[in-house]
Amino acid sequence: MARTLRVLVGKPGLDGHDRGAKVVASALRDAGMEVIYTGLRATPEAIVATAIQESCDVIGLSVLSGAHETIAKRILELLRARGAEIPILMGGVIPPEDRERLRALGVGAIFGQEASLQEIVEGVRQLAASDGDADDQTHHEEGIQ
Amino acid sequence: MPKREPKELPPQHTRSGTPIAPLYGPEKPDSKIGKPGEYPFTRGIYPSMYLGKMWTMRQYAGFGTPEETNRRFRYLLESGQTGLSVALDLPTQLGYDSDAPEALGEVGKVGVAIDSLADMETIFQNIPLDKVSTSFTINGTAPILLAMYQAVAAKQGVPYERIAGTIQNDLLKEFGARGAWIFPIAPSLRLCVDAIAYCAEKLPRFNPISIASHFRDAGANPAEEAAYTLADGVAYVKACLERGLGVDQFAPRLSFFFYTYVNFFEEVAKYRAMRRIWARLMKERFGAENPDSWRLRIACVCGGHSLTKAEPLNNIARTTIETMAVACAGLQSVFTAAYDEAFAIPTELAARTALRVQQIVAYETDVAKTIDPLAGSYFVEALTDEMESAITGIMDQIEERGGMVRCLEDGWVQRRIAERAFEYQRDLDAGKVPVVGVNVFKADKEEPLQIHRVDEAAERAKADSVRALRKSRDQATVEAALTALESAARDEGKNLMTPIYDAVMAYATVGEITDRLRRVFGVYTPSRVF
Repeated sequence: MARTLRVLVGKPGLDGHDRGAKVVASALRDAGMEVIYTGLRATPEAIVATAIQESCDVIGLSVLSGAHETIAKRILELLRARGAEIPILMGGVIPPEDRERLRALGVGAIFGQEASLQEIVEGVRQLAASDGDADDQTHHEEGIQ
Repeated sequence: MPKREPKELPPQHTRSGTPIAPLYGPEKPDSKIGKPGEYPFTRGIYPSMYLGKMWTMRQYAGFGTPEETNRRFRYLLESGQTGLSVALDLPTQLGYDSDAPEALGEVGKVGVAIDSLADMETIFQNIPLDKVSTSFTINGTAPILLAMYQAVAAKQGVPYERIAGTIQNDLLKEFGARGAWIFPIAPSLRLCVDAIAYCAEKLPRFNPISIASHFRDAGANPAEEAAYTLADGVAYVKACLERGLGVDQFAPRLSFFFYTYVNFFEEVAKYRAMRRIWARLMKERFGAENPDSWRLRIACVCGGHSLTKAEPLNNIARTTIETMAVACAGLQSVFTAAYDEAFAIPTELAARTALRVQQIVAYETDVAKTIDPLAGSYFVEALTDEMESAITGIMDQIEERGGMVRCLEDGWVQRRIAERAFEYQRDLDAGKVPVVGVNVFKADKEEPLQIHRVDEAAERAKADSVRALRKSRDQATVEAALTALESAARDEGKNLMTPIYDAVMAYATVGEITDRLRRVFGVYTPSRVF
């Protein structure tokens, strides 16, 4: 039986344009996932703490202000420090030439404004699957429905 | 009669030599359409419209350091731009200095970083403030930026009453759509009204608020955009009246800012309908007697979410159509977004091309040669009526729900916008809304595009400069000014503009001033539910 994926949709940084984050959150919910939205100006610390506490399978980050690299570095650093292997996906205004650098840092997938909701939903599923032991994560079924 | 009206209008002709009259229409127009410059202003707020004065071409610019922004402004002025518009970085918008931990990675990214009066002086170096008008897209820290601009005028020897410009200073839409709030709603409104009251008394040519429609870019449709924004306008009018200001004291200086997308005729109808609605509200509901209080003065951006990242040069076609729409609709000030807007801050080439779009529409076409050229079109008049009833219908719903402040507090507006944005994205993905280059007529491969890069070293340099400033100023004066500001903030009856001005003059920073206010007012807690 397919388990319910849990996704943290984070809006780090100071930017307040959350149209994309909310649209993606709605699409993930429609696709049957559980979504935790951080609200605006979530700090990297809060994002990482919430993702771990809520046993999220994937962290999705929306950044439009150009601060994507600084933010990605910080969140990956915090995740590593806490030994958490939660894949990260980023979306927003991210210039093509920055994408390779973000991937090299450890960002699992990057979606630009051109991505369709279906592509993003698939991307989240793939990322969640890529971290391996799907069987180990049946605990997500408990008490969350 | 507004001062801008010329004694005589220049004669206009077609290319074939046929004279073009300033105005076409029946001798006795329908009362809901009226004449240009007359209530209810369906045909425009001034009698001569663009024949008397072309719209203001005001391109949004500003990035990196104050020095870079000063260079870009001088370039735009030399290219024929007629007004300045300052983009501020997020730390400045939210009241953090460039060396604050919250500012990390954001300094100079989406606009210029302003920490203190010293930066404002640099931005306007060799730009005399009595010769330009300047618009600041600033909200939470608007009173501070206004005080800084006024201080630069003082230092340049320009009398206050001659400086012209606009601060956005519209906090309500920050809670509803744009997200750049700082304080909770009540103290945010207090600061807005402080600036409005201060300008009414001291800066007669300054627009203390630009009630803005970011709801549209967040997902609202045109009728909802208009309704939410005009409802915000009503909320500000009520707040000013509660403060004890007379309606005709402040209403003539209220200005508005809207988004224009490619849905040409609907946009034209939206603007014509809104003028009528606002005029009626101000005259009949709020009892304004000065016709300037009835006039809906509108600035707009052509672009926003209508622009695509795919095949960016297509955006020039989109903004041209949008600029044509606002010219047909008779707006006062126009910002045409650059074709690379979906990627980053515009390059110099993209910024110039965007300005050229406006100049071409204004001077090469015949759109500005007669007033309200689409009036009387069966389609446009019918659509204007329908937009009017759609907009007033939503405004009535808002009133029934307790007004706009209430609707923002309980998240009704935010939820409706999020639903609409989701619907739109699904329609786009399903191909129900055709967007060229995105879901129809797609190119096989992306053309490489030269985009603007922000110099990463600039952030560290800006952080160093604010640290240096703190060491070089007279600390006792700064402390005294900040303490005075904090105690004024605790007294609900005090207007904070004067203590903010004093702090600015002492070179207190945006972060220091905002921190004192945060201490008194607290900060807004955003909703995670939508």
